[in-house]
Amino acid sequence: MTATLQPDLAERVGMDPAFNPSACMNCGICTAICPLGLRHLPREVFAYVVLGMEEEVLQHQEEVFSCLLCKLCEVSCPAGVHITENVRALRHYFDRNVFRLQGR
Amino acid sequence: MPLATSDTIAILADNLRLRKSVLPIPAANAIRWTEGLHLRRGGDTVLYTGQMYQLIPYIEQLVAAEERLGDSFLAGFTGFGRQVNRVLNLAGFMAHPSSAERSVYDRIPHNVALLLRRAGVDFGSLFEDDLYSGALIYDLGVDEVLAAHARTVYEVFQKYEVKEVITIDPHTTNMLRSVYPTFIPGYELKVRSYLEVLAERGFGPTRRLAGEVAIHDSCVFARYEGVVDAPRQLLDQAGLTVREPAHSGIMTWCCGGPAESLFPRRAAEQAARRVGELRAVAGRAVTMCPLCFVNLEKAAEDVIAIEDISDYLLRACEGPEGESDGQL
Ligand code: SF4
Ligand code: SF4
Repeated sequence: MTATLQPDLAERVGMDPAFNPSACMNCGICTAICPLGLRHLPREVFAYVVLGMEEEVLQHQEEVFSCLLCKLCEVSCPAGVHITENVRALRHYFDRNVFRLQGR
Repeated sequence: MPLATSDTIAILADNLRLRKSVLPIPAANAIRWTEGLHLRRGGDTVLYTGQMYQLIPYIEQLVAAEERLGDSFLAGFTGFGRQVNRVLNLAGFMAHPSSAERSVYDRIPHNVALLLRRAGVDFGSLFEDDLYSGALIYDLGVDEVLAAHARTVYEVFQKYEVKEVITIDPHTTNMLRSVYPTFIPGYELKVRSYLEVLAERGFGPTRRLAGEVAIHDSCVFARYEGVVDAPRQLLDQAGLTVREPAHSGIMTWCCGGPAESLFPRRAAEQAARRVGELRAVAGRAVTMCPLCFVNLEKAAEDVIAIEDISDYLLRACEGPEGESDGQL
């Protein structure tokens, strides 16, 4: 468990106003339906983003980059979470802050 | 593992930025599909491949190398390769598919051109200026590189004064129709997939291919672009009975392809599950995306025959009029 929370994490991850991990109501449909059987993405990782738990987000790099962006979860989500766009925003965050890709 | 993922993304992004493709391929091979078609250069309407089909045999060569190297196909070039790749196209040294390996992927855009001609569509090609769309870089979230590339592609369309683009695969369709407008203010281009164009205009089949095929919808066509009815309508006009697997249409199952560049084993597992679903409803399956085709075909082995939809449609236009003799 991380010692410091970062309240501005969601703001730093989000690329545009469509970024809406806080719309998730943790119903679990996405987890049940995911063809890859991803266990932590979307809902748990989205919750870490909303709660500012950056360390936990970073620990889920493999799931963030394994997601097929297939949208099966998104068309089934009752809360209208923009799951694939949110996952892309998380990748962008890794690219910039972990892999240091931007501005090279 | 984290290093390999970051290096893979860096190499792909550098290639797009420096060489206009994630995996630069020889220009002669990118335009081989146009041979014998006598297409005009440019014009109001162009058939645009985004190099998607042509890229597949090269990607497969790299994936084969991955199987020797580790979990990410460029893992063997970690760190060092990332630097070298900026001045030298590493992929050029690794990927040399044979002409036989390339021919199936050259055939599909060629098929599409023949089908559009039958439908009376007037179109040209951009030949070597038909650039990769950047779909993989967009998926990997490298938006700054994608934004610059999208502008380059759009400038090519403007240079040729193109008004309408007919695409082949779902990824290029999605990029040009739905993604580019979010990056380029004032973007104006009509974009339709050839399946939509043929469904609207008819493609004049001369015989009915009696038989059953399991349909594998592309996630991107079905859920991003709403292309669900057109392929069913066309297959029906070709005389085929379309069998729907457990997951189909808007609820289709992914072939696993998008995981291939970073996690090929996960991609293969998903493809095997999907082949099982398709096999449960028919002995043949039809795809409409090059990534679906290659991923499912590798998993299919001998249990199911996978073909691109353009192969079926063109076969329904060849040979004598009437019913087929049961041969698909
Ligand atoms: S389906 Fe939507 S609301 Fe339910 S847990 Fe997943 S993201 Fe949250
Ligand atoms: S988009 Fe990602 S998380 Fe959602 S069902 Fe597909 S693979 Fe699973």
